[in-house]
Amino acid sequence: MITLGDYLIVSGILFAIGFAGVMLRRNLIIILMSLELMLNAANLSLVAFSRFRVDSSGLPNYNAQVFVFFIITVAAAEVAVGLAIIVALYRTRRTTDVKNISSLKF
Amino acid sequence: MSPFLFWIFALLTLIFGAAVVINRNPVASALSLVMSFLGLAALFMSLNAYFIGIIQVLVYAGAVMVLFLFIIMLLDLRAEEGRQINWLASAAGLAVAIILLGQIFSVVRHFTIAHKAFPPLPGSTIDDVRNIGAALFGNYNLPFQIVGVLVLVATIGVVLLSKREPR
Repeated sequence: MITLGDYLIVSGILFAIGFAGVMLRRNLIIILMSLELMLNAANLSLVAFSRFRVDSSGLPNYNAQVFVFFIITVAAAEVAVGLAIIVALYRTRRTTDVKNISSLKF
Repeated sequence: MSPFLFWIFALLTLIFGAAVVINRNPVASALSLVMSFLGLAALFMSLNAYFIGIIQVLVYAGAVMVLFLFIIMLLDLRAEEGRQINWLASAAGLAVAIILLGQIFSVVRHFTIAHKAFPPLPGSTIDDVRNIGAALFGNYNLPFQIVGVLVLVATIGVVLLSKREPR
């Protein structure tokens, strides 16, 4: 029997994987991909909660699914802008490694 | 959904998700991310969220990943090879991720409703595109239009960012 907790744990592990990617990798594109993993982990727990709260009409709670829809839209816009910034950065610095981009480092 | 299918798709999502972080070649990472998103779409469908599952395949596994692969090919990134790893920094990053995971586990364990199975769904969710559309254009009409403005701003921003500056 699959419980709500199983979905939440899968979502939590996925979030931790994405977080580890942001902490460990130094390639900006991989960091952006790990960010996407974290956003999707949040989506998974939102959809699980949506299915868990069955309304009086016998349907899942659609508010959470609308929220997921907005997250996906914003994430798509974020990826487009992020990749454009990476391309502009690569044009001037010839690198996508965060170790070589430390002008603002304290 | 049978527990067997749930664990297959959950493992698919998690293993390919870990492959994104572990792979040294960016192209392999991007393709692993596609597989991870497909597993996640199957999990969404197992929760009767068909619309979200299909959006996941179309937008993420389709559009976003093509964009990633396109940029990786455009920049001609090679696998990071023969680079020395800063073991201290890597261990610290991994430790923070493991602490976060432990916290999530303990929260879920002490969360009483997390141990309950999903309640049965009397209504039919086969037309959930219509239901989400009704919510989107009814209750959430203003946020929906604001998101439209956001996408427009992002489009203009991308065009401005990728324009070559005149010397």
